[in-house]
Amino acid sequence: MRDVELKMKERASELLKSGEVARVIGWKKGEFYHDPQPASFESVEELNAFVYNGFCGANLSKYLIQMSKKEGKTAIFLKPCDSYSFNQLVKEHRIVRENIHVIAIECQGKLDIEKIKAKGFDFVTEVEENGDEIAVASLYGNGAVQKDEVLLGKCETCKGKVHQVKDEEIILHEMQAGKKNRFEEVEKLEAMTEDERFAFWREQLQKCIRCNACRNVCPACSCLKCVFDNPASGIAAKANDDKFEEQLFHIIRAFHVSGRCTDCGECSRVCPQNIPLHLLNRKFIKDIDGLYGEYQAGETAEGKTPLTSYTEGDAEPNDVVNGEVR
Amino acid sequence: MQRIGVFICWCGSNIAATVDVEKVAEVIKSEPGVVYSVNYQYMCSENGQQLIKNAIKEHNLTGIVVGACSPRMHEATFRKAAESVGLNPYMVEIANIREHCSWIHKDMAEATEKAIILVRTAIAKVKLNAPLTAGESPVVKRALVIGGGIAGIQAALDIADAGFEVDIVEKNATIGGRMAQLDKTFPTLDCSACILTPKMVDCAQHEKIDILSYSEIEDVKGFVGNFSVKIRRKARYVDETKCTGCKICMEKCPSKKGLNDFNMNLNTRPAIHIPFAQAIPNVAVIDPAQCIKLKTGKCGICQKFCGVGAIDYEQKDTFIERQYGAIVVATGFKPISLDAFNEYGYTENKDVITSLELERLMNAAGPSNGVLVRPSDGQHPKVITFIQCVGSRDTSGCGKPYCSKICCMYTAKHAMLIREKYPDTEVHVFYIDVRTPGKNYDEFFRRAVEQYGVDYIKGMVGKVYNENGKLMVQGSNLIDNEQVTIESDLVVLAAAIEPEPSVRKVATLLTASIDTNNFLTESHAKLRPVESPTAGVYLAGVCQGPKDIPETVSQASACAAKVIGLLVKDKLKTNPCVATPDEMMCNGCSQCANVCAYGAITYVDKEFRLGGGKTEVRRVASVNPAVCQGCGACTVTCPSGAMDLKGFSSKQIMSEVEAICKM
Amino acid sequence: MQNVTEKKEFTPNIVAFCCNWCSYAGADLAGSSRLSYPANVKIIRVPCSCRVNPSFILKAYQQGADGVILCGCHPGDCHYVTGNYYTRRRMSLLFSFLNYMGIEKERTRVEWVSAAEGARFSAVMNDFVQKITELGENKRLTDLRVKEGE
Repeated sequence: MRDVELKMKERASELLKSGEVARVIGWKKGEFYHDPQPASFESVEELNAFVYNGFCGANLSKYLIQMSKKEGKTAIFLKPCDSYSFNQLVKEHRIVRENIHVIAIECQGKLDIEKIKAKGFDFVTEVEENGDEIAVASLYGNGAVQKDEVLLGKCETCKGKVHQVKDEEIILHEMQAGKKNRFEEVEKLEAMTEDERFAFWREQLQKCIRCNACRNVCPACSCLKCVFDNPASGIAAKANDDKFEEQLFHIIRAFHVSGRCTDCGECSRVCPQNIPLHLLNRKFIKDIDGLYGEYQAGETAEGKTPLTSYTEGDAEPNDVVNGEVR
Repeated sequence: MQRIGVFICWCGSNIAATVDVEKVAEVIKSEPGVVYSVNYQYMCSENGQQLIKNAIKEHNLTGIVVGACSPRMHEATFRKAAESVGLNPYMVEIANIREHCSWIHKDMAEATEKAIILVRTAIAKVKLNAPLTAGESPVVKRALVIGGGIAGIQAALDIADAGFEVDIVEKNATIGGRMAQLDKTFPTLDCSACILTPKMVDCAQHEKIDILSYSEIEDVKGFVGNFSVKIRRKARYVDETKCTGCKICMEKCPSKKGLNDFNMNLNTRPAIHIPFAQAIPNVAVIDPAQCIKLKTGKCGICQKFCGVGAIDYEQKDTFIERQYGAIVVATGFKPISLDAFNEYGYTENKDVITSLELERLMNAAGPSNGVLVRPSDGQHPKVITFIQCVGSRDTSGCGKPYCSKICCMYTAKHAMLIREKYPDTEVHVFYIDVRTPGKNYDEFFRRAVEQYGVDYIKGMVGKVYNENGKLMVQGSNLIDNEQVTIESDLVVLAAAIEPEPSVRKVATLLTASIDTNNFLTESHAKLRPVESPTAGVYLAGVCQGPKDIPETVSQASACAAKVIGLLVKDKLKTNPCVATPDEMMCNGCSQCANVCAYGAITYVDKEFRLGGGKTEVRRVASVNPAVCQGCGACTVTCPSGAMDLKGFSSKQIMSEVEAICKM
Repeated sequence: MQNVTEKKEFTPNIVAFCCNWCSYAGADLAGSSRLSYPANVKIIRVPCSCRVNPSFILKAYQQGADGVILCGCHPGDCHYVTGNYYTRRRMSLLFSFLNYMGIEKERTRVEWVSAAEGARFSAVMNDFVQKITELGENKRLTDLRVKEGE
């Protein structure tokens, strides 16, 4: 990944120097090696802090909502999965395509620091990908781990290695697609009894502290002002004296992003309580695929979503829930 | 501070017998915001309305709830009453304690408890009501009639006579429709052409009527009072303004083998032709599938002979766009295809014909110049058998489930005309029932039987087959309870009629409802029979349901009356319960426009102040209140909840839900 | 001492959203035909089934409704042409999703009832009330995140 990072930095520097773009969105060093932060670089000097490594899991596309409105062009580094979110945002007129220069970048799957820690490596100082293996350097020693075992949850079921949009690309090595079937976990839940499912979700949702991290990171949650902050919607807690929002937040949020969620998995990645929130969205995706034909949000930047279209022969809700249609 | 008045109606004993109205009014008195609560025998009566009006004035009511019958019944009544004393009509809510309560429950305690909840729910809603004002939209003083048959002609003439401009769009080369193909008409037996063609001429000569023949509707935008319609003027390869209708081209055209569809394909016509002698406009048209010049580039004879230079092989379809205040649909019908009825041998035997073909064979201007002959050998048929209900009242799936309504009468007419002109002919009619409701209709039918000696056989035909050149009609005679076989020379099938198939496209363009048989649906079967549920669209003739000429003409005139009633208005009031976006919340994401069936939502770039002297240009949704019908599809699609529906706002519905659930 | 806390028979509370043009009129027809159904069904009038936001349904449950039924014009007959087609997709996905979260699948239902189907409206409501009565009280959706013990 080092070579990729160098190339990216070099290109960013060129773009800024030539004045072709006013800023570049990428990642900068965090407090630790494993927590690079999304950042906007406006000068070559600022690029000193630029990083791109196995921990750059964050989806940068949502930052464009604000950035693409600014004066001058904005360059952005997008991983294949982030490109779906980008298209979806263009489709919803949330970002101005003409003001953006998309640099498609290589991604070999991003890593989960917790999983690496669990392998006995604390205070990681560097990782380098080596095919199926990851060489890890840490304050407490160096070693190697199997990549499959330390990938972020969202990368285990990676949607593929093809960018849906790009103006140029920096891809130096062949990319490997994810191996796991992304609906496996959903199917497991579907196979449970109602009681078991209820127990599972209550257990999970009990952990929620309503910190809004999922909402803030979600590229589909791109609203100027969230429906939960809209007193006219009748669901905002501020306007109510009951716990409606508190209690049903995740159902409403999942419904709101259905048909628009690209399955980027950021919600689960950022959840401080480790709630598998992606399993909510994936249920909608699975049902949409099954009922209305395969649909991948963000594949294109045009067209209607499954919930803003219909066919005359669509399945009946009662039949769907009774399992008569799948 | 809200001051709500509640009015509980007894509806005589309709409500009061099951709901303790006194108790309801009493309990509701203690609801927060309610300053007045009363019960009365008939709220909708003059006295009841006065009671409401007085209370609004005396108690300075800011909103009222009427616990009474369905809002579909008297909401408008109570709104008017409120408005007359200065309370905005949209500050009125109805609690339906009759249809949804007293009429379906028997237990008084239970019904009373439910009535209280329903009234509370209405109070919860009315507290969030906002005064609404109906908008206004201008009316374009011009009508469009789709279809130039007798229905369209009658409607157009009536509207034009009232002083409004009318365009008739007819897909064929001439107006006149099915009626122009008929020989005589029941029950008076007057000649169809004699009564129709003068009306066609009237249309052509009327200064307010513009006939757009050989044209079709391509696209419809807009709404009642303000439709914008794109019309395709199909290339007829003849300049309509130059052609004099001299017919020299028809004589000279070397390609004469085209099937004459006006004569039900019983004879042929040239590639360039005028459909029939009295066609309006009296202008030739070239069938491009048949014309040698258009197919191969070689010929051009008609152009050579045309004295006025009207022939134009280069003509292309053109489009015009016109504005209309109202639209009349009069697209008519066609007989059904008989492909699925092998038992009658229609496709195998030339002498098995449909009734409409018989009309042409009996017509003096028809292929046999009015002499009734067998299509196979030109001989005069001696035995003719009619079969009724071919494909009508058919639940087998082959035909139509409905009664085509006109067949009993025209079959009696045919039988009678044949017996009169050719008394040596034997005429049999197989029927299921003979249905003759109509002025002088049954008398007409009885004349066929009693005076003209037509042999009516109650029973269905199982099979028609050819045996040595004779058509054997095998059927049952239910009265004599026997199987009969009639050796016939000619068999006439009274084929069911169905709406002209192009009506489906028209209905889609107009967003007019259509039923499974392709008949357009009227707004109300009894009370609004000539109006489509789509405002500003009216229905005339068979496109709405099977009917004969007198009924069609009545319906067409009724349509005209409705259209005139609309066009005399300068402005229309629009429904104020429309969607409105909160621009401060709107993302401009376009999802709402994707689900709007009316194209009421557009997007505008608008400048917003950000504070600190800064501004920002944002794309936001904008709803045209004259186009929005208020369904609310957009409100649910909107992710931020920026889109809301006046009169049915999210908060209103939420508070109704709460009122019902918190018992 | 007499047992004063004798268990009262469970009567579910049911919210029915009805579109103004078909189902609300169908309910009116049920009324004018005197076709009864239980009094615990309360109808909220909406212009079209497509006006019903999933959050209205969730609100009803959270406020203690035991069943929610959504009625609209038959597909193809929508007064607003396409409204109920969107309803059908939204509700298919919502119902499937709620069941995925462990909510009893019988609790929520969509029925298409035309203005002419008064008898059907009554039959549908009788059936729905019976099903919900058998199912019992709605506990799950009132609070998916209840932290107290069961």
